[in-house]
Amino acid sequence: MDRKVYLDHAATTPIDPRVREVMLPYLTEKFGNPSSFHTLGKQAKDDMSESRSQIAEILNVRSDEILFTSGGTESDNLAILGFARANQSNGKHLITTAIEHHAVLEAMIQLEKKEGFEVTYLKPDRDGLVSVSQITEALRPDTILVSVMYANNEIGTVQPIREIGNVIQKYRQEHKNAWPVFHTDACQASSFLDLDIEKLHVDLLTLNGSKMYGPKGIGLLYIRRGIKLQPLQFGGSQERGLRPGTENVVGIIGMAKALTLAQKDKEKETQRLIPLRDKLIEGILKSIPKTRLNGHSTIRLPNNVNISFLDIEGEALVLYLDAAGIFVSTGSACTSASLEPSHVILALGMPYEVAHGSIRFTLGHETTDENIDYVLKTLPPLIEKLRSISPVRVDKKYFT
Amino acid sequence: MADVISKDNKQSWFYSDIVKDHFFHPRNFIEDGEDEGRFNAIGKVGSPACGDELRVWMRVDPQTERILEFRWRTFGCGSAIASTSMASVVVTENGGMTLDEARKLKPQDIIDRLGGLPQRKIHCSVLCDKALRDAINDYYRRTQQFDKIIAEASRVIDSVAKVTDHDIETAVLEGAQTLEQVQQKTKVGIGNPSCLPAVEELIRFYKEKYFG
Repeated sequence: MDRKVYLDHAATTPIDPRVREVMLPYLTEKFGNPSSFHTLGKQAKDDMSESRSQIAEILNVRSDEILFTSGGTESDNLAILGFARANQSNGKHLITTAIEHHAVLEAMIQLEKKEGFEVTYLKPDRDGLVSVSQITEALRPDTILVSVMYANNEIGTVQPIREIGNVIQKYRQEHKNAWPVFHTDACQASSFLDLDIEKLHVDLLTLNGSKMYGPKGIGLLYIRRGIKLQPLQFGGSQERGLRPGTENVVGIIGMAKALTLAQKDKEKETQRLIPLRDKLIEGILKSIPKTRLNGHSTIRLPNNVNISFLDIEGEALVLYLDAAGIFVSTGSACTSASLEPSHVILALGMPYEVAHGSIRFTLGHETTDENIDYVLKTLPPLIEKLRSISPVRVDKKYFT
Repeated sequence: MADVISKDNKQSWFYSDIVKDHFFHPRNFIEDGEDEGRFNAIGKVGSPACGDELRVWMRVDPQTERILEFRWRTFGCGSAIASTSMASVVVTENGGMTLDEARKLKPQDIIDRLGGLPQRKIHCSVLCDKALRDAINDYYRRTQQFDKIIAEASRVIDSVAKVTDHDIETAVLEGAQTLEQVQQKTKVGIGNPSCLPAVEELIRFYKEKYFG
């Protein structure tokens, strides 16, 4: 297998060489612990502060509003569990969507099942979009937190975060309350979308280093000044005691560089990827019968293609593509014991049969036009073969 | 797919070479437009909604009651496709199994012939012996040997929690090893402890059946 076409950038990205470059000294001579009083410690602390300032500038916030974590999952958990637990005297109602990442959903479920909160899960439309009016209708005086992801990790749909932020802000003003606050998981958005917090009107925002050509094991949570969170872990004063434990200095340095590059290049990369994305979508829909694009056709990330290939099961196709050197992922969780297919595709109102056959292709820096040609050439015979051994013939109504 | 690795953790691929071979080169599946008239039994199990569906077409020699042909179509993951392909080979090789022999075929026999399956994937392989038994019943039905039909109806074990023997079987296949683990998945016996001895017996039975 000579050819390798990596189309799973929503799962993780390789580290950009420019990011690796700035990280290397922190794996060798600059190994100090920022809490140490000596020169090495001071250096680590200063460099970490510098990274924090860089990130704060990009997000248009203050440095002390940036909290470093171990990644997107921890940031989401801290935002939701941490905020809900610290502010439950103001109300116990939370709003989110049915298509959030599990790091948000499972935290919500925890609060709902074990801690007496009430959660409203908004169902998106068939294109995977949540509307501002759905939020407005769901808001109540006891709603303390709304969490809506910026861009969906499976289907790439981009939610109207600014508009939602706006109505939440207005609702607060009208009710003269400090709540509800607005959290967004922006992990998939960082390479393509605007992250200016003031424009977005968000109060809590999650980012992850490993989705933007930075390292794994590092993430951040933006926390608007004045917002109180209850920590999830204990044992030190790092990150204002909200996230104790020795800081991941090399990760922080890498994430700052990665975010800087991602935001600097985002327009250029968007312009480059949209034609490739659309070529892949149109190519598949045109050349392969019984296929369906999941998620909105234009209000989606420039790198996301999610297609249901009816009558076949996603994992089998992933493995056939793997053998052809094409690395993609399935939305359907056939590998999990529950056998539940993608909750996102199901939330679009699609039946299980459609969700089981969904495949996500996510493009990135290295993706070329030639790669897309190769995928479009490789796919049809594989689909044909898998369909020939499948007994399922899903009804037409689901893909027109 | 981190949890789909080879048993010994040594292979770079997720499945054994035999699984891979049967997955990429499935044997005996039925082509579109083939004449189905020659088959004298069919079987079906699962639904695409559960993630797996399997249909089988069988030609049985009426004199010897041996399986001459076993053809199939599967909607499912790599393990489901490979298991069905292997089952089709096993029941037809060496002149074909008799229906009595075929009925005794266990998922573990297929898994052994495949060189093992990842634990999480065992449930994918149980469909083919179920479809096979469904086809065997169909053959007896068509040949009016009603006394030989063995129905696979599920039996209620815990009437309070409405848990059947099939639910316990599924829990064991999903990796539950102990009574506590089965209870976590099924809630069996929590409001009705009197059924617990029967539950423990079934857990032993299914562990033996699937994992030897």
